[in-house]
Order: sequence, then structure tokens, then C-alpha cells
Amino acid sequence: MTAMIDITNAEKTFTMHLQGGVELPVVRGVSFHVDPGECVVLSGPSGAGKSSILKMIFGNYRCDSGRIGIRHRGAVIDLATAEPREVLSVRRSTIGYVSQFLRAVPRVATIDVVAEPLIANGTTRAEARDKAGALLRRLNIPERLWALPPSTFSGGEQQRVNIAHGFISDLPILLLDEPTASLDASNRAVVVELIEEKKRQGVAMVAIVHDDEIRHLIADRIVDVTSFAAAA
Amino acid sequence: MAELQDVTPDDQPLLVAEHLGKNYGRLTACRDVSFALYPGEVLAIVGESGSGKSTLLQLLSAQLAPSAGRVSYRMRDGVLRDLAALGEAERRFLFRTDWGYVHQDPAQGLRMAVSAGANVGERLMAVGWNHYGRIRDTASSWLERVEIDIARIDDAPRTYSGGMRQRLQIARNLVTEPRLVFMDEPTGGLDVSVQARLLDLMRNLVSELGLAAIVVTHDLAVARLLSHRVMVMKGGRVIETGLTDQVLDDPREPYTQLLVSSILPA
Repeated sequence: MTAMIDITNAEKTFTMHLQGGVELPVVRGVSFHVDPGECVVLSGPSGAGKSSILKMIFGNYRCDSGRIGIRHRGAVIDLATAEPREVLSVRRSTIGYVSQFLRAVPRVATIDVVAEPLIANGTTRAEARDKAGALLRRLNIPERLWALPPSTFSGGEQQRVNIAHGFISDLPILLLDEPTASLDASNRAVVVELIEEKKRQGVAMVAIVHDDEIRHLIADRIVDVTSFAAAA
Repeated sequence: MAELQDVTPDDQPLLVAEHLGKNYGRLTACRDVSFALYPGEVLAIVGESGSGKSTLLQLLSAQLAPSAGRVSYRMRDGVLRDLAALGEAERRFLFRTDWGYVHQDPAQGLRMAVSAGANVGERLMAVGWNHYGRIRDTASSWLERVEIDIARIDDAPRTYSGGMRQRLQIARNLVTEPRLVFMDEPTGGLDVSVQARLLDLMRNLVSELGLAAIVVTHDLAVARLLSHRVMVMKGGRVIETGLTDQVLDDPREPYTQLLVSSILPA
């Protein structure tokens, strides 16, 4: 197998015990793969399960059945059955996730929030901060804000800090949940550029993008999630 | 989520609990708990009062003898040993050097009437350090690391605020470079603003030193910030376990769903 991500028949249902055990089927029969250097965009209306699929690939949501094959350090690991420590190892050296909202520790400076993934992987603090600064500059976050915690920033600024945090490392898989949602046109163009660069580096990406224009620019392939809808 | 450690799937566990249980007469405080903790891994034990989490922490740290099962620990020679079978010298080595124990109430983990410097230096003297200057230097560098003003080194912790006392307790525990730290509600009695600072500090120290830690907390936000993995306890049993963000974002058991849904939005 050369695919970076290979999903077969993945299925997810929520059981809401506090609502009398109501079963909420999310997706079933999810099957697709992503090759290196390819960006697959998930399409479908809100509530179709796009974000849930991304979370399943990241190991954040558990998978009830099926297989989520991830190419990790030269071997294939099934995230649907992996041990917590294996999932952590995959997240550290294989899969990055750019969520819609930034979840940062209070008190930590923006530049350090962005540099953190590199430091965790053994890059020196100075080098990591240099790269973080370069990325923040590209994303038009003024230098005077770098020492402040991002919690004080506007929504669009936080989103760009989040993107810098997600794009800084050299992980071979990136999951993007609405990376351009609250950005203006010039910053959207920067993100499109960053995605192009990742493709050239052979990074496999799965993205959720509602903006038709952006989708058209970044998608190599579109996977329609409605075909995985789990009829209740 | 806690910063990811260099946890590789092929190393060996540091601490192993097997079918651990504790009864007080007919009352079961803790039943059939099994797990393995790896070097550099932070495990949170969550649950409400009376769920057995504090009893479990005492069993794991050899402060309480189990009624059933056993706890094994990998000593520095690489051999996994049953804690109940350790000799006095080995037990002392664990308590004084290789382990740390952070109490909810700093007064329990500190000597309140002696200076801050002596509180930190004492752990070093217990492991054979005898050069006053070196002990004082090491103590001051640890006070700096936990953000305590060096000018306060000769003051006793009873003159410190709650947050400072807790940071001093952490310095006292970490000065011997332990491999495993037990924490019992480490942010328990503190103001919210002080809690955030302490959590940030602990998170950095744990990741910089590659410490393994077992943290008992009823606060799911603490679990989310500090731990890689979480065990949810109820009625003395572990009812759900897994990666911290997985258990908190996709809780499976009714009780865990209740805990998660009971968090008040800020």
C-alpha cells in the first residue's frame, strides 16, 4: 500500500445515555484513501459527518467498526484499534490537525503556541521560534502581538495562529477543518499557497472547506460524505 | 491536550498495576484495577468524591497495602519489582529520590516552619548531598524554575501564599529528578487564576523533564491540560479509560457522559 490514509468501512454511532440512550448514527461504510501529495476534500451538507470523519482519522472520536489505516514510520497502523500510546505517537510524528478553533493554554505567548509542535519533536527553541515567526509574518500577524497569548486576539487572528501551529511541522498527513473560514481574501490566498507547498512536499491532506472557490483551488479529489450517511 | 511526550510504543512500562483492590471490612474502596504506565506518560484518574481515586493513588504509591492484586515498579536497574516485596532501603530510595508526591494541601508535603531553601535542600541531603553551597545553588535554581522570588528563599512557607506553597512543594519534589510523580488534586485549594499558572508550570516541567505522572483530580479541565490518558472511576471501579481527548470528547459510559456534560461553560 502506498496510500497515507486508507479507510475501510469505518462506522460511528453516538449513544446519548443522558437522553434515554438515544442512538445517533453518524456515518457508516466510510471508505476512501489519500495518497502522498494529494488533497482530498470532504463535501456534503452540515451534519453529514465531515468533522466526525476527520476526528476519527485523528483518533479523537472512537470508531465503532471498520479500519483506519495510517502509514506511520514506515508501517501501517490501524487507528481504530490502536492503543492510546500508539495514537499519541502517530499524532507526534505523522498526523497534524488544524481545528476550527484554537485551544491554547492560558498565559502562553503566541510565538510559543506556534513553535510548540516543533519543540515537542526535538527542534531547538531558537530555531522553532524563528520558523514560527516567519510563518506568523506570512499570515500577517504583526510582530507586536507575538508575545501576547492568542486568547486576546480577534477570531480571524486566532484562526491564523491556529493555522501557523498546524502548518509549522513536517508531518506527512494534515487534517484541515475549515482552515479559511474566518479569513479575508488575502489571508485565504496565503493558506492556499501553504497547502500547495505541503502538496509539493508530499503531504497527504484531508480538508473540509465550504467556500467553493477555495475548494476548487485546493482539491485534487472530492469525496462526497452523503454516501456515508447512516440512515437512522 | 497535554504536550506529547516522546512516547514510543516499544519501550517498557514503568509501573504496572494488576487486579488491584482494597476493602475496608465489608466496604470496597477500590476493585480490580489494572493498567500499565510508561515513562513520560501522564495518567489522570478522575471521578467524584468517594469514587476510590484517592485510595487508588495511595495503593499505587505504596502508602497503603492492597487487599488484592499488586503494583510493580521498574527500578533503575531495569527490573520490574513487586512493591510489597521491596526491602526498606529500596522503599526509602523510591520515596526520597525516584518518586515525588504532591499533596493537595502543601502543608502536608512541606515543613512549614523551616525556610523554603531548606525545604528543597532537605530532599538533596536525604540522598547524600553535603556541600552547603551546592545545595543552596540547586535550591535557588529550583525556586526560580517554579517562579518563586529568590529573595524569599530564607522565609518559611507559612509566610507564603497558597499558590507559592504549592509551587514550593513541586520544587521540593522535583529536585531529586524523580521518574514518577504522584499528584493528589494538585490545584485543589487554589483560586482559578492561580490554578492556570500552576497548571501551565506543571505542564512545562513534566514535558521538559520527561516525567511520568499519576494525577488524581475531580477537575476534567486539569485532566485535559495535563494528561495523555485518563481513567474514570466510579464506585471503586475503573469504568472507562482511554486517550484523554477521546474520553472527554467522545465519552462512552453514561457516568462519563454525565461528568463531561456537567462542566459549566466559562
